[in-house]
Amino acid sequence: MKKVIMGNHALSYGAMLSRAQVIAAYPITPQTQVVELLSEMCADGTLNAKFIKVESEHSAMAACLGASLAGARTFTATSSQGLALMHEMLHWAAGGRMPVVMGNTNRAMAPGWSIWTDQNDSLSERDTGWIQFYCSSNQEVLDTVIQAFKVSEKIMIPSMIVLDAFALSHTYEVVEIPEQDKVDRFLPPFNPPWRLNPDDPHAFGGLTSPDHYMELRYKLQKDMEKVPALVEETGKEYEQFFGRYLGAVEEYRCSDAELVFVTSGTAGYTARVAVDELREKGIKAGNLRIKLFRPFPFEKVRAILSRVPKVAVLDRNISYGHHGIFYQEVKSALYGQPRSPLLFGFIAGLGGRDITRDSFREIAEYALKKNRAEEEIVWIGVKK
Amino acid sequence: MSKKKEARKIVFESAKEMPAVPMSLGSMLYNKTGAWRNIKPVIDLSKCIKCGICWKFCPDASIDIVDDWPQINYVYCKGCGLCAEECPQKCIAMVEEEK
Amino acid sequence: MSKERKMTLTIPREEFMSPGHLACQGCGASLAMRLALKGLGQRTIVCIPACCWAVIDGPFPHSSLDIPIYHCAFETAASSASGVRAGLDMIGDTETTVLAWAGDGGTFDIGLQSLSGAAERNDDIIYTCYDNEAYMNTGIQRSSATPVGAWTTTTPVKHYKKERKKDIIGIMAAHGIPYIATASVAYPEDMVRKFKKARETKGTRFIHVLSPCPAGWKSRPEDTVKLARLAVQTGYFPLFEIEDGEKWTLNLKVKERKPIAEYLKLQGRFRHLKEDEIVLIQQEVDSRWAKIQKNCGL
Repeated sequence: MKKVIMGNHALSYGAMLSRAQVIAAYPITPQTQVVELLSEMCADGTLNAKFIKVESEHSAMAACLGASLAGARTFTATSSQGLALMHEMLHWAAGGRMPVVMGNTNRAMAPGWSIWTDQNDSLSERDTGWIQFYCSSNQEVLDTVIQAFKVSEKIMIPSMIVLDAFALSHTYEVVEIPEQDKVDRFLPPFNPPWRLNPDDPHAFGGLTSPDHYMELRYKLQKDMEKVPALVEETGKEYEQFFGRYLGAVEEYRCSDAELVFVTSGTAGYTARVAVDELREKGIKAGNLRIKLFRPFPFEKVRAILSRVPKVAVLDRNISYGHHGIFYQEVKSALYGQPRSPLLFGFIAGLGGRDITRDSFREIAEYALKKNRAEEEIVWIGVKK
Repeated sequence: MSKKKEARKIVFESAKEMPAVPMSLGSMLYNKTGAWRNIKPVIDLSKCIKCGICWKFCPDASIDIVDDWPQINYVYCKGCGLCAEECPQKCIAMVEEEK
Repeated sequence: MSKERKMTLTIPREEFMSPGHLACQGCGASLAMRLALKGLGQRTIVCIPACCWAVIDGPFPHSSLDIPIYHCAFETAASSASGVRAGLDMIGDTETTVLAWAGDGGTFDIGLQSLSGAAERNDDIIYTCYDNEAYMNTGIQRSSATPVGAWTTTTPVKHYKKERKKDIIGIMAAHGIPYIATASVAYPEDMVRKFKKARETKGTRFIHVLSPCPAGWKSRPEDTVKLARLAVQTGYFPLFEIEDGEKWTLNLKVKERKPIAEYLKLQGRFRHLKEDEIVLIQQEVDSRWAKIQKNCGL
């Protein structure tokens, strides 16, 4: 069934179809519609779930973790300040191996107050051990939620589904809503390998000495390394059920490209339009849109970018004192490879400033005329 | 209802043997806290009136009731002296631990 | 004569806590847990935030409790418990009791927000604060539960705590939750009865247990029960219950309260107090006792 819905509601539908059992969430612009629709769905019985109206995001994640460890499928959503407030608990979710699925609307971190899109909030959490998906369409958001539950519950690692504030969260698009019984066949009920159970009591998360901690974290990393293949496998299965394949990256006209943009989020779709326009002008441009950011899809990125002479990474974020984060990650993935491109890093769109086809034209113009990376960071659209 | 618990320290030889999460797999019974003591309680059963107070107040659950008498579990007793202090008959003496 | 006499236990016999745990000698908190579980039984899941009990239970991969434990983040005892309750309900288990077991730090201070949230929602959890009146687990720093006059590492003798102990019962009563009770490890029958009653009640239940700490109170390990008794007998820590935030019942009517000095002198943390300071403390105890009496209709 096709519906015209906003990105936030795509998250809600995804959670509903996945039969999330416990939702604990706190409102924050621009996520509010996610929880409002879920509240309605719980109230009218469309979704059989407990909605805990917690008093802060920290409590939201804490409650989700308690519910998850008790054996229930859990979902929450937040953004920027709220995500930051949950930071301690994000570490807890990953280290505690609770497969919570969370929607995060990428919103700029204060101060000053900004409700507009920027990736620093989610990228600040890249080291916590969460799987991170960056979505560019509402269809992708809905499809990713359902697949994320499957991936997370298989590997027992939490997942975050990230979408741009307003540019996606509040943009209405046509979305194919999968049928519930099909989703039920694709995604069976949550059946955790361990849980809080008085018939089989264990203490979870007790004092862990240097003799044990490292092995536990080694195991988390080893399981993270299995995720790219699991995302592939789950993606192919989803395609069989629903006809749409997502995967870890989206390659657009890269095979013969002289310059490839590396993008994520809604900028990733703007980039495709820019690529087509540049191609009409005779410039062989391409776009690599990264969807699975954590774990980083090293193999795919290397395979696609190593044959390209020039790569321009667009970051809608910055790690102060260093560079844009996607740039850093791509650079490190390409280091020491037998063939690696000339890499340029661009920062654009912070705090919701628009990223347009002009931004990409500017990036292409810069990258095509340079034969070496002269500046570490190239700022796009900043009135210096 | 509690399962029979083993007093055995669990040692992992490798990450493979460990669970994915830090979850307990055994009991603290392996930890013989009796080694903490300097003084130990000794009950004079001839004076004991079986009130159960010593058993009630032990923070370490180290007083067992055996054949209806209180019996100090010296494997775990930390020698805190609460039982001796609370005994209404003063039939528990705290004596120096032999070296 | 005593050979014919049967031992009659006034509290349930079954243990849900093994020996071998890491509590100090004479620890009030370990006795509190032992007694609480006798009231709650096997079908209990406990959320323990950072506090002494996070360590007392024993390190991974061992535990000293026979019930499942979720060791949770410091300020999340109540929010974790709310989550566990929701999760259990959704998987079809409405029988198991969810217990949040936090120290005074995790209740009065860092955990107050999530406790207030759970209480406002009237989430179906039993929240127990075992109160040893300071951040003992991190080495005896003051909390808002530390009483006036007490030494702690952050309220040294020259700057001993001047602020009043936060009225956590007043705060919980203001939330209008179904059941609030105070308990003392010196009154095990009363304490077990209260946990049993809490188990049978729905909604948010709050039990405040005074847990003397020999290490932090600088008292003798063998005096722990005596101190817990004197606290009640002086009127410093009265035993009462509040139902629905309004109906107060005094459980132990103390006719002739003992002077607070008797309680204070057994604790090294009050050793520096002068006579006039003890008089002020006595006055504060008297006025609080009078208020509680009044609330209880006495």
